[in-house]
Amino acid sequence: MKWEVVTGLETHAQLSTASKIFSGASTAFGAAPNTQASAVDIALPGVLPVLNRGAVERAIRFGLAVGATIHRRSVFARKNYFYPDLPKGYQISQYEIPIVQGGSLSIATPAGEKIVRLTRAHLEEDAGKSLHEDYHGMTGIDLNRAGTPLLEIVSEPDLRSAVEAVIYAKRLHALVKWIGICDGNMQEGSFRCDANVSVRREGATTLGTRCEIKNLNSFRFMQQAIEYEVRRQIELIDDGGTVVQETRLFDPGRGETRPMRSKEDAQDYRYFPDPDLPPLAIDDAWIERVRAGMPELPEAMRERFVFEYALQAQDAVALTADRETARYFETAAKSLAAPSERTGKLVANWVLGELSAALNRDERAIGAAPVRADQLAALLRRIADGTISGKIGKDVFDAMWAGEHGGDADAIIAAKGLEQISDAGAIEKIVDDVLAANAAVAAEFRAGKEKALQSLVGKAMAATKGRADPAQVNAALKRKLAGN
Amino acid sequence: MLDAPITELSASLRAKRFSSVELAQASLDRIASLNPALNAFITVDPERALADAKAADALIATGSALPLLGIPIAHKDILATAGMRTTCGSRMLANYTSPFDAHVVDRLARAGTVLIGKTNMDEFAMGSSSETSHFGPVRNPWHRDHVPGGSSGGTAAAVAARLVPGATGTDTGGSIRQPAAMSGICGLKPTYGVCSRFGLVAFASSLDQAGPLARTAHDLALLLNAMAGHDVRDSTSLDRPVEDYARMLLMERDSRPLAGVRIGLPAEYFGAGIDPGVAQAIDGALAELRRQGAITVDLALPNVGLSVPVYYVIAPAEASSNLSRFDGVRYGHRAAAYTDLADMYRKTRAEGFGAEVRRRILVGTYVLSHGYYDAYYRKAQQVRRLIADDFRRAYAQCDVIAGPTAPTAAFRIGAISDDPVAMYLNDIFTTAANLTGSPALSIPCGFDPSGLPIGLQLQGPAFAEARLLDVAHRFQQATDWHQRAPTLAESTGSLPPEGAQ
Repeated sequence: MKWEVVTGLETHAQLSTASKIFSGASTAFGAAPNTQASAVDIALPGVLPVLNRGAVERAIRFGLAVGATIHRRSVFARKNYFYPDLPKGYQISQYEIPIVQGGSLSIATPAGEKIVRLTRAHLEEDAGKSLHEDYHGMTGIDLNRAGTPLLEIVSEPDLRSAVEAVIYAKRLHALVKWIGICDGNMQEGSFRCDANVSVRREGATTLGTRCEIKNLNSFRFMQQAIEYEVRRQIELIDDGGTVVQETRLFDPGRGETRPMRSKEDAQDYRYFPDPDLPPLAIDDAWIERVRAGMPELPEAMRERFVFEYALQAQDAVALTADRETARYFETAAKSLAAPSERTGKLVANWVLGELSAALNRDERAIGAAPVRADQLAALLRRIADGTISGKIGKDVFDAMWAGEHGGDADAIIAAKGLEQISDAGAIEKIVDDVLAANAAVAAEFRAGKEKALQSLVGKAMAATKGRADPAQVNAALKRKLAGN
Repeated sequence: MLDAPITELSASLRAKRFSSVELAQASLDRIASLNPALNAFITVDPERALADAKAADALIATGSALPLLGIPIAHKDILATAGMRTTCGSRMLANYTSPFDAHVVDRLARAGTVLIGKTNMDEFAMGSSSETSHFGPVRNPWHRDHVPGGSSGGTAAAVAARLVPGATGTDTGGSIRQPAAMSGICGLKPTYGVCSRFGLVAFASSLDQAGPLARTAHDLALLLNAMAGHDVRDSTSLDRPVEDYARMLLMERDSRPLAGVRIGLPAEYFGAGIDPGVAQAIDGALAELRRQGAITVDLALPNVGLSVPVYYVIAPAEASSNLSRFDGVRYGHRAAAYTDLADMYRKTRAEGFGAEVRRRILVGTYVLSHGYYDAYYRKAQQVRRLIADDFRRAYAQCDVIAGPTAPTAAFRIGAISDDPVAMYLNDIFTTAANLTGSPALSIPCGFDPSGLPIGLQLQGPAFAEARLLDVAHRFQQATDWHQRAPTLAESTGSLPPEGAQ
């Protein structure tokens, strides 16, 4: 009997506003504890929340990016529970009417393109942090994070494996960064997921009992956690047991999930509309303003790249993995020439090849690459016009990367004398010299050993330190060996 | 000196008949002599008051004409005051001092008022008698074994006893108007959103509204002029043009100044359960209004009888959530010994809150809980809309709705403190204005046979404050109920039992 995995993700994306969702305190990460907690954040008596419009605009952006409905009227609600890092004793969230409803994301799975439906996305505030170490049996509370704006994005249970869940999460991660609503920093907790996991017999139409795995803050852990949980549930059912609905935590050290609280312990959050905040009204004009400020979305850009720059779909996907890479590519391509098949492919090869390798090697982000897009274009221009060969180009690139001559490709080529030798007379002479010095190899070729030609080309290239145009050398050698 | 209303005190200050320092000192002296018997104040700060008064005198000397400049006032101890503790009448906050001023506190300070101190109240404003304070019950200046009403009872008693000429209160279900009525003074609850709630420690956020208590309608208008105004820190604060609430009062009128004013008399406000003394005083007041040209219109508010049950679902629901922040973690009372986190919460809140507050938190938690939300909270919100519809229809037929503020005059301390339902029924005429967000005021209109004051309530549609104040002012031009003062030396009230709360 085969099993089917059913998973949906709830993702908390921290919105990249400078101040908190209901107060003017800064959201910057890493400050000394409680230095970024205002009277509102620590819930002093008499304070009131005031909604940050920047958070709303980011939610609208997301809704537009996934083709969702933006509710013209949504309602903030209080989720009531006691915990020391929850200063008001309730979290302001959205419950019955969220700002964003529906929408979908398409993901590229090993089995092909798949549409993942989204249930909703709602605005809410983050809680503070409890610090259990270094307090000698007591607990420290840091409220810097309290009130940080979050967008909770809930998917439908459309994911059928741990791998699919990770692909979806990565796709979502790339999207929220792309549209500039979240910095995506998973170490700092800016993007974290809860996974709802259940299994059922293949062909079953009802869902199995699910468990929720909380706070998965890396893609690797997400995959491990879901895979473990799937195994656990299948073994449990195979052994005649039943899955109990509960919340579980993933222990990365042991690679397993363990129970946190069961449904019976589930709190009654007593949601009700927050009387301190009028319903959030969003008019069409506001949505249109946000739409006008939206960047081109990755799918649209991918299609445009294939069309305008005649790229392979695969290259277009890679170049639109994030906005910085896409911007780099397009800047370089436009700086090099009007879009044409030849230069688009050349730029794509270099961005995905040489540049990407150098960035990986030096652990740099593309935005901090020592070779700017316009500088790379200057180098590629010399390859395209035959001034240097592709192979020499790599040497020039290394010199640019190292900062020689201010990263000016032409200056490096000139200083090092790297121009390609393509003068017919010069090539003639080089070939004559090579043939004279390697009569035996030439004889082998004439005797029918085709491979000998490559050896002769290699010797000609070596003699010019790679500067000779290999195509011309090749042609000249063939002509001379044929006795012309 | 303190027998005069703010309008006269202000004129005297500007005429330099006495200084603000002298006025503040008179207030402080009177508090020193009478507050031990009344328990109207929780905190008095003579040093700060005299410093404020001195600054006011300096401004008066420069010819400043601010109408409240140099006037001593007090704030209900639920409004945050920087540098002066804000207890909410609770053990939970007995030693809590806010780092900021409430918006209305700030506005009144900028208007040049002199802050004398903070007034006693029902704990977290939950009550109609000012008996539930951690700092002991407040006594009615007219009869010290009676309550002054609540929850702004300390303010009402302080103004009635001429300790200060005006002070602030807050009104969630009648907490300004009912104590004003029972203490023989004037009190106004503005339209929801007219005064910022920033710094008003929340009881029930959708109902809470700060407002003034004073001895004349004109004084209420001056205080409201200072208190009202948009505040970006309160998302429910209304951004509307500045209004002079005294403008209609100053218009010259003939002998029938209320000609054309339609006063609605809902049958539901004149039925059974109203004390005969109260009914008689209200009838007298209505006769006076008619004499001045007002037309009375009989009408019906079929759902208004549901106000109290609706109120006692919505207010506790919001309170149960609003009071969750008092958990002993960051400020306020924390139990001295506990075994774990849950135990800390339990003990802290059981010790920090009094019985009435705990009762309302329990009720509120219940009505919001899973499986009961629809039957109670959602249903209450639906009925709230029906009540608002009743009033909308009524205001198509009239400009102002009149009736008693409370069904009885002030009751004895302890008489119904063990009977929450009887206590809640005190709010039968006042809660509707909070549920609908509309303005309402209470003015003195007579006394019952035992000499306890009775209040007339005037309600109007949203933003009808100026109209309500005008009707009240015209009434006061022709009557002297508001000028009657309790004879404190002749008060015969017994002292409260030890530790009474």
